[in-house]
Amino acid sequence: MKVKGSAFKFGDHIDTDLIIPARFLNVSDKDELAKNCFADVRPDFADKAKTGGIIVAGENFGCGSSREHAPIAIHAAGISCVVAESFARIFYRNAFNIGLPILEATMGEDFVAEGDPISVDLTSGEVRNEVNGKTVQAMPLPPFMREMVECGGLVPYIKKHAMESK
Amino acid sequence: MSMTITEKILAAHAGKTSVRPGDLVQVQVDLALANDITAPLAINVFHELGASNVFDRDKIALVPDHFVPNKDIPSAEQAKIMEEFAYQYDIKNYFRVGEAGIEHVILPEKGLVVPGDLVIGADSHTCTYGAMGAFSAGVGSTDLGAIMATGETWLKVPEAIKVVYAGDLGPWIGGKDLILFTIGQLGVQGARYKSLEFTGSTVAQLHMDDRFTMANMAVEAGAKNGIFEPDEILRTYLEGRSERRGVYWRSDTDAQYDEVFEIDVNRITPQVACPHSPDNVAPVSSMGSVPLNQVFIGSCTNGRMEDLRMAASILKGRKAAGRTRLIVIPGSPAIYRAAMKEGILEILLDAGAVIGPPSCGPCLGGHLGILAKGEKALSTTNRNFIGRMGHSESDVYLAGPAVAAASAVLGRIGGPEEL
Repeated sequence: MKVKGSAFKFGDHIDTDLIIPARFLNVSDKDELAKNCFADVRPDFADKAKTGGIIVAGENFGCGSSREHAPIAIHAAGISCVVAESFARIFYRNAFNIGLPILEATMGEDFVAEGDPISVDLTSGEVRNEVNGKTVQAMPLPPFMREMVECGGLVPYIKKHAMESK
Repeated sequence: MSMTITEKILAAHAGKTSVRPGDLVQVQVDLALANDITAPLAINVFHELGASNVFDRDKIALVPDHFVPNKDIPSAEQAKIMEEFAYQYDIKNYFRVGEAGIEHVILPEKGLVVPGDLVIGADSHTCTYGAMGAFSAGVGSTDLGAIMATGETWLKVPEAIKVVYAGDLGPWIGGKDLILFTIGQLGVQGARYKSLEFTGSTVAQLHMDDRFTMANMAVEAGAKNGIFEPDEILRTYLEGRSERRGVYWRSDTDAQYDEVFEIDVNRITPQVACPHSPDNVAPVSSMGSVPLNQVFIGSCTNGRMEDLRMAASILKGRKAAGRTRLIVIPGSPAIYRAAMKEGILEILLDAGAVIGPPSCGPCLGGHLGILAKGEKALSTTNRNFIGRMGHSESDVYLAGPAVAAASAVLGRIGGPEEL
C-alpha cells in the first residue's frame, strides 16, 4: 500500500488549534472542516491540498485538544498521509480511527523541502523523497492498522469484521 | 509485582492481577464523557456502529460547556444533537444550560468520579480527575462513540514519571504555579504518552482545587494521565457527594518510574507561561512591562472556588486598570452561587469585572471574550497556542488567579506583591 504526494512541511509541536481553530468547530461536516484546515497559519493550505499531498512534520504533531476534527480536516482536505518525528497520543489514535494513516520516522530537518514529491510505503514503512532519492525508514504499520486505514477508519473496520463473523 | 497507582487501576479494569508499561489492555470504563463539540461526532459513530442502546445510561456524562449558551446557529445545531441524544437514551448525567458548568468542574462536584475509577472523555483535559486518584484520559470522538456503545476501550499501559514536590508553598503560590513550573522543566512533550504522578510532602498542603489544576495540565506536558494518590483531603472532599466509596490505590514503594523529578517548592515564585507554549515559563518577576488588554479568570484549570477566593482577596477594594478588561467565569452554577453568598461576586463587580455564565468561555477562542489582532491577554487557562483565544496575532500569557488578579489591577503582567 503506497501513497504519493507533494510535501507540506511543518515544524515541531503543531497543535490542533493550528490545524483547525476552535471557532470552526461549530460544525462536524468534514468538507466544511477541510476548508478551514490551517486557516490561520497557512490560509492557502486547503486550496493547495485539494490535489493531494503528504504532511511532513517535526516532533509532537497534533498536540493539544482532543478534537477529532483535526485529523478529519487534514484528511478531507486531501492529505493522504502524515509523517512526523513524533505524534501527540490523542491525535495518533484519532488519525487511525478516522482512516488517516500516519507514520513516525526520524527524518531530520533536511530530508524534504516544501513541495518535494514524497512517496510512503505503508506496508514497509519506507518514506522516499522522489527529488533526491533519499529514504528514511518509519516503523511499519501492523497489519490490523493497515487494514483499518484501508477500510477508512475504525467504524468501517469494526463493521467489516462484524459482517465477516456472521 | 510492584506497580504504580496508574498500573493498578488499569489492571483492575482489565480484570488482571498486574500490568506493565507497554501492555495493551481492554478496559471497562466507569464513566464516559463528551461535550457539545465532541459529542456530535461521537453520536455519529455510535449510530454508524448500529448500536441499539448505550452501554449504561448512568455511566455517560454529556456536558454542554464549550459554545453554550449557544453562540450561533451552527453551535445551536451541535448542542441540539447532543441534547436529543441525551433525551432519547435517557442519559442520567446530561446537564442542560442552567445546570451545566465546565465538564471537568462539575463532574467531581457532583460526585460522579471516585478514587480508583477509570474515566475516558472526548476532551483532552479529562486528565483532571487524576486529582481524585482516578485514571482518566482524553480520547477523540470515535473512541468515545464506541465506548458509549460498548462500555469498553483499549489502552496502552503508559510508562510513568514521578514528580516529587517538597517544601512549603509561599504566599500567593498555588497549584498553577507548581504545574507551570513543572511543565517548564519537562517541556510540552516531556511526558508524551506517559503517566505523570504527583507526589511529595507538599501535596498535603494542596487543597483539591490546586490538585485539579495540576492534573488538568498534565496533558500540556504530553501526558496520558496525571494522578495523585487519594488521601484524607480527598476523602473529606468526597463526603456527601457520592454513595460510591471508591478504591484508594497507592503506588508500591518499589514501583518503576522512567524518570523522577524533584522540585523544591520553597523556591517557586508566581509563574507565567509566555506565548505561544505552556512550557515557555518564567517567574512573573522577570516579565518586564507587558500591557494587557484583557485578563480572564476561569476555565477547567482555574475556575473553581479557591481560585475565585484567591482573586477576590487581591481585588477587594481595588479596580481593574482603565484599559484592561477583566472577565471572570465561575466554573459551575454551584461555584457561582457560593461566590455570590461569600460576597465574591460583589468584589469582582466592584473591581470592574464582567461575570460570565458557567462555561469554557474564551479559553478556546469560541466566544465570551475573543481577542482582536495585536491584543495581549493574561489568562488562568491551560493553553496559549497561536490564536488560541482569538486572532492569530494575539498573545496569551498563562498564570494562576493571584497573578491574574494583580495583573488586572496593574494593567500589565505583575504579581500581588507589587500592589
